[in-house]
Amino acid sequence: MADQADKPSAIKVKNVTKIFRLPQERHRGLKQLFLHLFRKGGYEEQYALKGVSLEIKQGDFFGIVGRNGSGKSTLLKLLAGIYTPTQGRINVVGKLTPFIELGVGFNPELTGRENVFLNGALLGFSHKEMEGMYEDIVDFAELERFMDQKLKNYSSGMQVRLAFSIAIRAQSDILLLDEVLAVGDAAFQQKCYDYFHELKKKKLTVILVSHDRGVLERFCGRGVLIDKGRVVSSGPIRKVLKEYSKVVLDELDQEPRKEKETTKSEVLTSFAEINKTRTLDKKGETQKKFTFAEPVTAEFTVVMKQTIVNPIIGLTVWQKNVDKPLFATNTLIAGTRTTTYKAGESVVLRTRLPAGMNDGEYYVEPAIANESGTVFYDRRPKAATFFVNGSSNPYSILATEEKITISVEK
Amino acid sequence: MLKAVSVRYNEWLDMVMKHLVSKKNRALLRELVVTDFKLRYQGSVLGYAWSLLKPLFLFLIMYIVFVRFLRLGDSIPHFPIYLLLGIVMWSFFTETTNQSLTSIVDRGDIIRKIRIPRWIIVLTSSTSALINFLLNMVAVVVFLVINGVDVSPYVIWFPIIVAQLYLFALGMSFFLSAFYVKYRDINHIWEIVIQGLFYLTPILYPLTLITNETLQKVILINPAAQAIQDARNVLVTKDTLTIAEVFGSPMGRLIPLGITIVVFIIGVLYFKKEAKYFAENI
Repeated sequence: MADQADKPSAIKVKNVTKIFRLPQERHRGLKQLFLHLFRKGGYEEQYALKGVSLEIKQGDFFGIVGRNGSGKSTLLKLLAGIYTPTQGRINVVGKLTPFIELGVGFNPELTGRENVFLNGALLGFSHKEMEGMYEDIVDFAELERFMDQKLKNYSSGMQVRLAFSIAIRAQSDILLLDEVLAVGDAAFQQKCYDYFHELKKKKLTVILVSHDRGVLERFCGRGVLIDKGRVVSSGPIRKVLKEYSKVVLDELDQEPRKEKETTKSEVLTSFAEINKTRTLDKKGETQKKFTFAEPVTAEFTVVMKQTIVNPIIGLTVWQKNVDKPLFATNTLIAGTRTTTYKAGESVVLRTRLPAGMNDGEYYVEPAIANESGTVFYDRRPKAATFFVNGSSNPYSILATEEKITISVEK
Repeated sequence: MLKAVSVRYNEWLDMVMKHLVSKKNRALLRELVVTDFKLRYQGSVLGYAWSLLKPLFLFLIMYIVFVRFLRLGDSIPHFPIYLLLGIVMWSFFTETTNQSLTSIVDRGDIIRKIRIPRWIIVLTSSTSALINFLLNMVAVVVFLVINGVDVSPYVIWFPIIVAQLYLFALGMSFFLSAFYVKYRDINHIWEIVIQGLFYLTPILYPLTLITNETLQKVILINPAAQAIQDARNVLVTKDTLTIAEVFGSPMGRLIPLGITIVVFIIGVLYFKKEAKYFAENI
């Protein structure tokens, strides 16, 4: 992009480092204060960002990607002015939205209407200005009938719709959005996309933090990949997303191997328990025997024993006597969002296995891991077994029914 | 074209401090105070009336115990009103500081997700308390009229006395709310301090009950005690012992005034220093 260099910059981040000082004990009290008076230390320093520099030009739709805990949200909070950098400078040209999340300050005990005015005030609007916009906000959110009900009676989708339609009134030159599409149904997401298109047309500067490759690729021109507090890659979004895939896959590659060497126990921790692993035929009934080319669906249930935040849930399929997994997928790879689950809640994961499995005996190994994929909460090798029969060509791992064409080159 | 403004984030607080009364901040303050009131009395039948009823009941209890049973203040004209005014002003001080103390931590969800001037949150808590105080003063005025108290022309000093008390409470609030973010013990410590100060302040008893002059001086150095005595003097009866008499000069007022100003400055400076890190420390 030749003109990229000529565009005026909207945000310049220069060598920014953010250190969080965490008290070593999770106990905050006067005891700590006195200990601190007599000896230095007592704090653990954690680098959230190390020497990050980047420049965002005016009119850019800029994506920030990274795994959980990589520092991308810290970066966004620094840009928003919610955090102060430990070192380095951030220069902003123009007016920046002050919020990074929708519906900040929403109170479940207030009515929808009251929440609109409260949220509007937090975004910097006067009561009068809000009165002028009120109709439009309610129209856009499609919540006319619910405005005098308390917010606690709203569904989460309704809350997001309301929050979103207030947020888009905020008049600023630079927008910061952190995982805005996390909730909401398909219709709402479409509205968000339309809004993004509008922003693009207006040449506003938008900074979007997301896990969702699809959205990033669709809207962002440029972006940056943050990993372990550093900028790993920056530039055109395609290049950045490619690097991101590498980072994620590297991690997934390493972890299971380590785990295999160290432990053979099936239930690794008391966080979650997997049960009811089974395979289903196309009618949705439990089936262990499949004929070749018949679709196989695997299903299992995870019961949470404690509160679990954004776990990765997935499965691996093994063929008997083969060391390498035949197939593996999980919510992170598939881009399926998980949220926070409370103890006692259970979720059912279901996925279609790839076609073409040849005759043989196969095992399903379901697993649930923490959000960064570093700790397995539960993993069950051979939780379910299934058989495939009836292939006309049972000599390789995969078989195909694809036609073969031959043409003679002239 | 965008107006080019470079903002160093370290300085954003300095910037907003200068816009203390900007339109935007006033609108926010108003909305937050209104919300505070709505939430406080939600689901209660009597609603706002409670802010009036609570101090009245407290007054009733103290009146029965101290005026009827213990016969304190027999020498002071209109002692029940004298007592009520003391309770109302003291409640104002404790309510301001107690509500502000936890205000920053209580609003953690907002602080972690949006950039608004942090001091507005403390100002919200203290404004709620101030409004409550003004409502309570209505009750005091009603009693003054019923009892036919001859209010002196010095009553014009009353708003200034209240302003000084408010400044003192606000300074304490800034300090306490910022301190509470890091050290949660302050909550309990402040409870004890307030309890101690309650007995060290001539609220229930007339100051004349204490005959040791040094002790009288020590008691009146406390800006809250000085404000209560001065308010009683201008509003209820000339028979109130004020700091001017105890120190033998109106200049005596400069001591609690000085304390008020020092507390306010320290409170604001400490708050300003810590505010940058509220989002990560809560």
